[in-house]
Amino acid sequence: MKTVRILLWLPLVAFLAILGLVSSGLLKPHDTTVVSQMVGKPLPAFTLASARTGEGAVTGKGFADGRPRLLNIFGSWCVPCIAEAPQLMALKQAGVTIEGIAVRDRPGDVGEFLQRNGDPYDRIGLDDQAVLQVALGSSGVPESFLIDGKGIIRAQHIGEIRPEDVPGLIETLKAIR
Amino acid sequence: MIAETGLAALWIAAALALLQACLGLGALGREGAPLMRAVRPVAVVQALMTLTAFGALLLVFWRTDLSVKLVAEESATTLPAMYRIAGAWGNHEGSMLLWVTILALSGAAVALLERRLPERTLAATIAAQAVIALGFFAFLLFSSNPFARLPVPPVEGSGFNPLLQDPGLAFHPPTLYVGYVGLSVAFSFAVGALLTRDVGPAFARAMRPWVLGAWVFLTIGITAGSYWAYYELGWGGWWFWDPTENASLMPWLAATALLHSVTVLATRDGLRAWTVMLAVVAFSMSMVGTFLVRSGILTSVHAFALDPRRGAFILVLLALYIGGALALFGARIATVKEGNRFDPVSREGALVVNNLLLSAILGIVLIGTLYPLAVESMTGEKLSVGPPYFNAAAGPLALILVALVAVGPVMRWRREDVAAVARRVAVPGAITLMALVAVLLLAPGMRLLPLLGLVLAVGTGAASIAPLWKRNLRRTPLFTWGMVVAHLGVSVSLAGMASESAFTKETLVAARPGETVRVGPYVVCFAAIDPVAAENYTAVQATLIATRGAAQPITLQPEQRTFDNPPQQTSESAIATRLDGQLYAVVGEQVPGGRWQLRLWWKPFVTLIWAGGALIALGGALSLLGRTLPRRRPKVEQDGYARAY
Repeated sequence: MKTVRILLWLPLVAFLAILGLVSSGLLKPHDTTVVSQMVGKPLPAFTLASARTGEGAVTGKGFADGRPRLLNIFGSWCVPCIAEAPQLMALKQAGVTIEGIAVRDRPGDVGEFLQRNGDPYDRIGLDDQAVLQVALGSSGVPESFLIDGKGIIRAQHIGEIRPEDVPGLIETLKAIR
Repeated sequence: MIAETGLAALWIAAALALLQACLGLGALGREGAPLMRAVRPVAVVQALMTLTAFGALLLVFWRTDLSVKLVAEESATTLPAMYRIAGAWGNHEGSMLLWVTILALSGAAVALLERRLPERTLAATIAAQAVIALGFFAFLLFSSNPFARLPVPPVEGSGFNPLLQDPGLAFHPPTLYVGYVGLSVAFSFAVGALLTRDVGPAFARAMRPWVLGAWVFLTIGITAGSYWAYYELGWGGWWFWDPTENASLMPWLAATALLHSVTVLATRDGLRAWTVMLAVVAFSMSMVGTFLVRSGILTSVHAFALDPRRGAFILVLLALYIGGALALFGARIATVKEGNRFDPVSREGALVVNNLLLSAILGIVLIGTLYPLAVESMTGEKLSVGPPYFNAAAGPLALILVALVAVGPVMRWRREDVAAVARRVAVPGAITLMALVAVLLLAPGMRLLPLLGLVLAVGTGAASIAPLWKRNLRRTPLFTWGMVVAHLGVSVSLAGMASESAFTKETLVAARPGETVRVGPYVVCFAAIDPVAAENYTAVQATLIATRGAAQPITLQPEQRTFDNPPQQTSESAIATRLDGQLYAVVGEQVPGGRWQLRLWWKPFVTLIWAGGALIALGGALSLLGRTLPRRRPKVEQDGYARAY
């Protein structure tokens, strides 16, 4: 009879366990960042028209030449991308090779954006249907991917690059050479 | 003024709920009789005040009074009249007010109508109902005030979620809520009975109609919700194991178990503790379900954005109510005298197996629903649990449960002879075997679950009407009819599910106007694609002409709608219903080359799923009538074999 009595409290115990679980879920802030599944995998093949007039198409092939790169996904219509621009210029000054992908954009608008905010990019591909962005597993702009000299995606930076991120990015790019 | 009237009514109702709780608990004392006389009117006035508040909310929504914050955020003057009203409960605050309104109304209904329960238990029950109401009144008044005003009213409201702009919305949430909240009565009964230690057949007979009523509404709500998801989301499926669907399924499973166990308690005075437990669990599942989806803890189409403070508020309420009831259960139930014992092979035994299976399925659904949350809080990894888990885990148990439907109702109470049962199910058993042979011959290569489902559906369908065999149908009590109809509904629904899962034909193409596509027995011609405009959206509408043999061609016009306020795209499926199934068409995005994505399904006998659901609800309603209308033949209560649940 004793054991039966203890069993009667089991429902309460089970409920308290659920309660604990649910309150931990409630009190923890929700993390909505989407981490790309492409990190650690080779850059997907792509061919995009250049967003700068008079330049040839941008392809994924040129990425495996031994030089690590920062692949920056941006848009002339994106406000955080403006905030990020000085940091990109600083990275370029530190010797980092930066490639750009302009998402859902027009060459004219990209040109204006670069004039106003500076142009740190070696090449800029125009991803007007966001096809490459999706293939990269990127869920928004701005986002940056660090690609090593073999063309493997090694890291993802979600959101704009802030001044305090710059040294770390330079470190990482040196490390993955 | 209207909004202020509503708010004032809400405050008065809250005060009355407090008074009702005190009176009810006071009536438990030695000199409680006068208090008991006062408690009924208080419960009724509390319900009227809550109803006034809800009426005020409807009125401000109907008039689109944009100075009320909720209206400005959730409605717009450009909405069609129906959604200006339905919009009142298509948001967090409004739906909580609807919830509380139904809670107060069911409390008043108990106070007014309940005559079978002993006075003391009734007092405790009404007090419990008031305590629940009080918490939710506090929640509304302190953190979800639907009547808050804006200092500067906007010129136009932000609009109403287009997915919810559907006639189904006008009825689906209220129906489901009546079911959810109706279970609060069973909860309060259980708490009341625990307080007075008065658990027995009289308690069970008193509780049964309330459970039946809530269960009928829950069944209708789930069935309607499933059909809504089927035609409105345009994904072609009828059940997605979405957390919200699970949230409605879990109380239904518990209530279904309760419905069966309460019969054992009412008829044979067995399963006392278990029945009380289920009564607590059923409403707890309603509250947990509402909370889980509303708080945004689980991602779902039904999650209204809710700030964590509100979530914490409801969580505390849940902890108090459910924790309190379970603690009361743990402390008191051992002092409730044990009920009658019975032979394992008996009607009671079959009902116990029924209860165990339903509880196991409930557990499976609960674990599947909470698992992503558990994994995320432990490892940070995000995942979702989908049909592969639920179908594989719950499917086989559900099939065993359906098979039991064939056997249980023809068993006697107390003790049963296995051979006798075998004789009674011999005919349905033979029909099941014939169905198995027929299905194997006609549709070779079916997957196991749909195959078993289809065969069992046929067998159980035959067995479900067995309790009527050799009976005078006119003198058969209504609740027996209810059981037969509900069990028949189970097999009808199962047949629909099995057929849909096994025989659906799907075609996904990118087509130009003028091209033809085949799906199942139909040849579908993509005749035209045109722009159309309506009051609050513009759309592209495809015209598809489907022909099958020499039959009259069917015209289907699915749409891709773009709503302007708030801006959102929805796809509106077009469905043609024929006796042997449904042709389901969705038009998607335009693809390069002047082509449009078309998605077509031929779903044989899919409508049986919801027809079965409707039969189940009808069966419940018949039983409810049979239990509440004056008895024509009191004699049946003693007759073992003939007695329905």
